[in-house]
Amino acid sequence: MAYSNKVIDHYENPRNVGSFAKDDPNVATGIVGAPECGDVMKLQLKIDDSGVIEDARFKTFGCGSAIASSSYVTELVKGKTVDDALQIKNTQIVEELSLPPVKIHCSVLAEDAIKAAIGDWKKRKGERTQPAKAASNE
Amino acid sequence: MGRVIYMDNHATTPMDPRVLEAMLPYFTDKFGNAASRNHQFGWDAEGAVDTAREQIGRLIHAKSKEIIFTSGATESDNLAIKGVVEFYKDKGNHVITAVTEHKAVLDTCKALERTGKAQVTYLQVDKEGLVDPDDVRKAITDKTILISLMYANNEIGTIHPVAEVGKLAKEKGVLFHSDATQGVGKLPLDVEAMGIDLMSLTAHKLYGPKGCGALYVRSKGPRVRLTPMMDGGGHERGMRSGTLNVPGIVGFGKACELSGAEMETEAGRMLQMRERLHRGLFEQLDEVYLNGHPTQRLPGNLNVSFAFVEGESLLMGLKDVAVSSGSACTSATLEPSYVLKALGVGDDLAHTSIRFGLGRFNTMEDVEDVIERVVREVRRLRDMSPLYEMAKEGIDLKSYQWARE
Repeated sequence: MAYSNKVIDHYENPRNVGSFAKDDPNVATGIVGAPECGDVMKLQLKIDDSGVIEDARFKTFGCGSAIASSSYVTELVKGKTVDDALQIKNTQIVEELSLPPVKIHCSVLAEDAIKAAIGDWKKRKGERTQPAKAASNE
Repeated sequence: MGRVIYMDNHATTPMDPRVLEAMLPYFTDKFGNAASRNHQFGWDAEGAVDTAREQIGRLIHAKSKEIIFTSGATESDNLAIKGVVEFYKDKGNHVITAVTEHKAVLDTCKALERTGKAQVTYLQVDKEGLVDPDDVRKAITDKTILISLMYANNEIGTIHPVAEVGKLAKEKGVLFHSDATQGVGKLPLDVEAMGIDLMSLTAHKLYGPKGCGALYVRSKGPRVRLTPMMDGGGHERGMRSGTLNVPGIVGFGKACELSGAEMETEAGRMLQMRERLHRGLFEQLDEVYLNGHPTQRLPGNLNVSFAFVEGESLLMGLKDVAVSSGSACTSATLEPSYVLKALGVGDDLAHTSIRFGLGRFNTMEDVEDVIERVVREVRRLRDMSPLYEMAKEGIDLKSYQWARE
């Protein structure tokens, strides 16, 4: 199978690889996929108090297309509000990277990673703004 | 990036220039049909085919007339299994094989089950890929007509106890077929000593041309009969009609002759390279696992799982090294290797497996280069792998709650 030039470029020069400190209150983490399926993506977003994604990092276990999809997503989300980032569709990734049909699932996983990370952010934000309530529930 | 290194010799091998040289006259000057009995062109072709039959027979200790030419090992497997099942249908309908066989055997068996022509027992293997001869013995019933067990596995290189199974088959009066595609020319094979009644071979795995294979069919003790799959001119003792691929057969014969003559030194050299590759990778990388048997394997085969690094992405990184992977992403079915699965290798590790297949044209320099490139690329991809990070943090990946869709 031949890879598109953009997939190769992201694979060879991945953007924003790495990890943020997990205990940073502004960092949200989404981990999607499973090792036995051959794909796991970890996407971390640094989100400011106004809900704008300041920075992003990823780590991916998966094929070249999965690595490229997550690398591209980190570029795509930067500067977006979380609401705008939630609007990102996997088809955008497919188009940008010219993914063949057998690699569509890589783009779906990348979209899921955004949703998982933002879900984590919302959850943690809720916990932070209602500490008293959370404590009283225990 | 450096020069391209081919290390996928279980998939196919480059043709030896000496083989090509032997073949060339049979495309042009000596183009005759081996079945033309009444002129020089036909006689030349027939003579060349006879020589090849002898060369092939000598390599496996068979008589030349016991060699039936086919288009390749897939056809040989089909002919052996379907031909026996059809011919001996009054005697029984039970076939015994193993779960790690090549698809040419497994899918042939499945086709026979589907059409109700055979009942098939698929034997399990141990974690190193070996079939237990005792399991074969237990599986034999009074309906069993054929055992089909490969000599050496194409993915993990595990060498089955073929001689023991052959002996067992003789005792029980069951025919024994072995797909020896990967082993022929690499290791000594003796159809007499091993009790093999039918054996599949192909030229392109031993530095011969593609599209040319053979089926060994025992002529005596017992004389094996087959129902042909192709009807026509009755070539090859009626077992396989069709004009013979004379240049291919000449090349096949030459390839067998060369492999036989050089087997001992080549097997030793291959083993040295394999051991170096094994050591080089295992010394420099953690979390690497050998798939298959530590010693009872093809000398040129090394199959390794590089935990936390997906196989296809590793292949992509090794773009100037030709190897193959058991990862789902590299297979047509999107399932990881069924062979590794049969060994009990989890899907997570199967996705990270790479098969290295050393061959005649590899050198120690290739091995050193491949070690360096693989180590570099595995490290790069592990730096990018969330699983490696998690494992290093002490997270148990097996019990972790993955967010599956």
